[in-house]
Amino acid sequence: MWYFLALGAALFALGLFGVITRRNTIGILMSLELMFNAANINFVTFNKCIQGGSMAGQLFAVFIVVIAAAEATVGLAIVLLVYRNWRGIGSDHYNVMKW
Amino acid sequence: MGPLSSLVYFPLIGMVIVMCLPKEAKVAIRWTSVGASIIPLVVSFALTIDYFFGHAATGLMAYVEGPYDWIPSLNVQYYLGADGISIPLLALTGLLSTLSLLASFNIENRVKEYFAFFLLLEAGMMGVFVALDFFLFYIFWEVMLVPMYFLIGVWGGPRKEYAAIKFFLYTLFGSIFMLVAILILYFTSTPHTLNMMTLIQSGSRLPYMLQMICFIFFFIAFAIKVPVWPFHTWLPDAHVEAPTAVSVILAGVLLKMGTYGMLRVSWPMFPAALKDMAFWIALLGAIGIIYGALVSMAQKDLKKLVAYSSVSHMGYCMLALGAFSSAQAITGCMFQMVSHGLITGALFLLVGVLYERAHTREIAAFGGLGSKLPVYSSIMFFFAMASLGLPGLSGFVSEVMIFLGSFGAVNQVLVGISVLGVVLGAAYILRMVQRVFLGDFDLAKWGKLTEINTLELVTVTPLMVLTLWIGVYPKPLVDLMSATLNKLITLMQR
Amino acid sequence: MTQTAWIIPFLPLLAFTMIVFFLRWKEKVASGFSIAMIVIDWVLSLIILAEALGRHGASYEAKILLTSFKTFNLELGILIDPLTAMMLVIVTTVGSCVQIYSLGYMKDDPRFSRFYAYLSLFLFSMLGLVLANNYFMIFIFWELVGLTSYLLISFWFEKKTAADAGKKAFITTRVGDLGFIVGLMLIAAYCGTFNYQGVFEKAASGTVPVGILTAAAIFIFCGAVGKSAQFPLHVWLPDAMEGPTPVSALIHAATMVAAGVYLVARSMPLFVTSADASMVVASIGLITAFIAASIGLVQNDIKRILAYSTVSQLGYMIMALGLYGYDTANGEHSAGYVAGTLHLMTHACFKGLLFLGAGSVIHAVHTNDIQEMGGLRAKQPRTAMTFMIASLAIAGIFPLSGFWSKDEIVASTAHHPLFFVLTLTIAFMTAFYMWRLCFLTFFGQPRNQHRYDHAHESPGTMTWPLVFLAALSVCAGWVALPWLEHGFSSFVYHGEPHHAEPEYLLMIVSTLVSLSGIGLAWLMYHRKAISADQVAAKFKPIYTLLYNKYYFDELYDLIIVRPIVNLGNKLWSFDANVVDGAVNGTAWLTVVWSDAKQWFDATIVDGAVNGAGWLVRQSAAGLRFLQSGTLQFYALFIAGLVAAIGLYRYFGISYTPTTTGLVTIFFLIGLIVLWYVSRSIWRRSTPAAAAEVEEHSVRVEDK
Repeated sequence: MWYFLALGAALFALGLFGVITRRNTIGILMSLELMFNAANINFVTFNKCIQGGSMAGQLFAVFIVVIAAAEATVGLAIVLLVYRNWRGIGSDHYNVMKW
Repeated sequence: MGPLSSLVYFPLIGMVIVMCLPKEAKVAIRWTSVGASIIPLVVSFALTIDYFFGHAATGLMAYVEGPYDWIPSLNVQYYLGADGISIPLLALTGLLSTLSLLASFNIENRVKEYFAFFLLLEAGMMGVFVALDFFLFYIFWEVMLVPMYFLIGVWGGPRKEYAAIKFFLYTLFGSIFMLVAILILYFTSTPHTLNMMTLIQSGSRLPYMLQMICFIFFFIAFAIKVPVWPFHTWLPDAHVEAPTAVSVILAGVLLKMGTYGMLRVSWPMFPAALKDMAFWIALLGAIGIIYGALVSMAQKDLKKLVAYSSVSHMGYCMLALGAFSSAQAITGCMFQMVSHGLITGALFLLVGVLYERAHTREIAAFGGLGSKLPVYSSIMFFFAMASLGLPGLSGFVSEVMIFLGSFGAVNQVLVGISVLGVVLGAAYILRMVQRVFLGDFDLAKWGKLTEINTLELVTVTPLMVLTLWIGVYPKPLVDLMSATLNKLITLMQR
Repeated sequence: MTQTAWIIPFLPLLAFTMIVFFLRWKEKVASGFSIAMIVIDWVLSLIILAEALGRHGASYEAKILLTSFKTFNLELGILIDPLTAMMLVIVTTVGSCVQIYSLGYMKDDPRFSRFYAYLSLFLFSMLGLVLANNYFMIFIFWELVGLTSYLLISFWFEKKTAADAGKKAFITTRVGDLGFIVGLMLIAAYCGTFNYQGVFEKAASGTVPVGILTAAAIFIFCGAVGKSAQFPLHVWLPDAMEGPTPVSALIHAATMVAAGVYLVARSMPLFVTSADASMVVASIGLITAFIAASIGLVQNDIKRILAYSTVSQLGYMIMALGLYGYDTANGEHSAGYVAGTLHLMTHACFKGLLFLGAGSVIHAVHTNDIQEMGGLRAKQPRTAMTFMIASLAIAGIFPLSGFWSKDEIVASTAHHPLFFVLTLTIAFMTAFYMWRLCFLTFFGQPRNQHRYDHAHESPGTMTWPLVFLAALSVCAGWVALPWLEHGFSSFVYHGEPHHAEPEYLLMIVSTLVSLSGIGLAWLMYHRKAISADQVAAKFKPIYTLLYNKYYFDELYDLIIVRPIVNLGNKLWSFDANVVDGAVNGTAWLTVVWSDAKQWFDATIVDGAVNGAGWLVRQSAAGLRFLQSGTLQFYALFIAGLVAAIGLYRYFGISYTPTTTGLVTIFFLIGLIVLWYVSRSIWRRSTPAAAAEVEEHSVRVEDK
């Protein structure tokens, strides 16, 4: 079980690192997916090892996959719009919300 | 709508109509408001006659409207009624209002607002005299304050703002005490009620201290209105600065509301407190009589003299109210209220007539007007004599009744001292008469003075007739009030 | 007729009303109407007198209830007894004479009609006063005669002295009325009625304490003191001579001033219950009579002399009545009541005549100063003749009317030596000053030739009343001849009819005294055997004192008028400064207080609020840099926070204040670090880049 958890943590850390450091918005989105999947691994793992019979963890993983797909769709649509407006998808391009 | 409601609402309707009229239509505004005040005048006189023949023997509340629930959650009711002490005052209010409106025709500035305020004032005055629910009473009491404030403050003399604010604050100061007392009564009654008639019964059952507090609070509110020495200093300022017609209303009606309130509310409601305070009230009355007369003597302004004479005359009322156990004294008090309304109202009207022509009211500026203005002087002399209590005129009847009645009912030395007021009254009135009407006439200065005109004559004639009538044959007025007063006195002596 | 006697006062009232409302501009009609009314009244009064004589002293009373209170009734009514009948005749007689006389005297006066109106109003009030059957009514008319007296004294109100005199008369008598009112209150409180009979019965019944009765009697007497110009309120009457002379004759000699005497006579049942009160009355009368007579000795104004004479004679009457009360209270017989009332009647005749005569003289010479007259007997024979008859009558010369009444008065003082002596002294002085007046006016050489040349006898309307009154002055006393079986004393009396035997010794003494007074006047002013100036110089202090009327006016001015006026002024400034000052002070304090509160609000409360705002703004100004707008930054922030919480949980740190504090500090430090980082990022991002972004966004918006 620890291996699974370690994998989840590594994936999460990778995703986080990606989110923080990537400038490309699509990259950020991809990193986010990594983090989602890290969470999924954790859910599945905990479900398998701790809960036993209940399928709640598995169910959540499925939900997250679905939502991640939707989220990716919305995110990509936003990115598309951002690109149309700013002609670029670097995350430092559209900091109009800055102070 | 019952007759008493009509007394209150016709002026209000008139006010609304006046407000709808264009402000250039001065003539229409004036006559509309006179019309709106004539209806209550006629109604109030009809009520007087009807009461005299129908109810005076029993002295009960008549023409009662209600009690209808108004604000049921607070048990506030719409409850009107009139008896022997409110009927004469209603008639007085109706009469003086119409006469004052007639006397206001010379107002040229902001005519519309003036008449609208005046009608609102009339509605308030009528309301105070007919209200039998403390909530209504308080509302009407306060409603008068606002138009009065504006009437003095906008159309008044040189120091009008000062006078208006002084009047307003003074009265408001008193009203607050009244409100507190009303609330005390409200919360101590079970079930909570503001109905005066039931409170008259329950008020007397209050613990002594509470009675005393309520009594004093009401007394302050009413005393300021009367005004009782030493709460009187708003009066000279307000009277002097107010326009003529407003002075008439102030002296003729507003002052009476104080004494009316005492008779209606605080006297019968708190008999235990009254018994202990009677001497002090009579003392204040006696001080007022002497003090007012002496100060009148020092006045250089005609209107101020009349104003201070009011302090003196209302002192008689207070003396009589101190001697509450005597039917005669209390009757005298009511008489004094009516007759002071007539006489002082007329004196203010007449001073206004002179002021309008001469543009000064300084006594020293005149002299010998008797030869130039014989009619005006005769009328003024008539009311001057009425004011100093000449037999055959109404002032005498009330003074004598008060003296004779209070002699056995309060401290006799106090009454003896108050009688001095008769001499002092003669002194200041005659000083005034001599300086203004007798002596040499300054032809160069006052050669252009014109005699009193018809409209002005019309306004004072009813007052003359009534003054003379009451003075010569007071019996009807006594009969009108005596049964009610006897009931009240029984309540006061519980 | 007696039953309809109530009509008597209303005839003059009718005249008054008619003149005021309809006849004001028709002088002839006005005066004619007024005279007709009073003459009718006179006839009616005579009938009533005859009927009263026929009833042998029984009285008639009629009343209607005016209004009633729990304790007592106020009623309106008339009472006709011999005293009333006598007063009615006096008033209407003098009233008729004066009204006719005024036709001549007041001719060409611009307010002629008004004069008649006032006279009628006066007669209405006076007749009402006389007819009243209770104290309340008499008080009403009492005040009304005061009013008309005021109006008539200040009739020529353009003259300041006249206006002043009117005011003085009104106020001075009102001081007396003050006492009257208190007396009324006592009566009301203790007798429960105002009706004469009721009061007297109550007083006689002994249920009312004597102290109260004494007080009531004295207080009622106060009214008489004011109205009848008794010491110490006598000062108004001489001044009242500023009024037209017929007025002086009618009101201030014959009728109104006698009302005080009438009141005392009327209230006699009250006085006889209290010897003290009666003694007060008698003493006041004596003092007045003496003071006034002595002042009269040296005056030069013809009307003022007569006025002081009036005061003095009224003092006589009051004294006689007082002595009667005193003696009766002590159970002795006295002629005082008859003497007083008789003198009231005779005095009305001759004093009315004297005034009218004086008016006739003034009418002729247009001055009041007797030093400017002299020798007028030649110019005004009729006036002079009647005047001298009256002077003889007042001096008390046999057999004129004054002799009989004065004799009675002297007789009534017989038991009281002091009174007796002073009464005779006063009689002497009276004879002296009256004849001084006569000699100076009608005899000798004219001292002012110009005035003398213009003098002329007055018209018939003026002289015929003189003649009529002269006849009365001669005869009026004969009703009281001591030899009569049923004379005056068995008609007007109190208690039992008192029939005095003629006392020849007294008659001779008093006649001698009067004659010596006349003789001295003759010596001094006609023969000039004794120089008046030398006498005056010799008794300089006394002369000055008398000439200045004992300085009463000055004294009153000093101790009463001025203090009251000053007090008025003081109280006014007290009112304006202290009472009003308190009010304004309260207002001022309120204003100051609200100013203070305003300051407090503006600086402290608002300061706190603004300070808070400022603090927020300042901290926000710093913290806003956290809002970098960079997604990654936010993500890092969140991650850091989660990591922190994770660490926190991982190390299992419990929530103690210390640890919480530490964590908070770490958190803050973290924040500051982040802030610093973001600041530096912001610094590094070039303005150009920012501008580009700006431009870009603008472009987008344009689209």
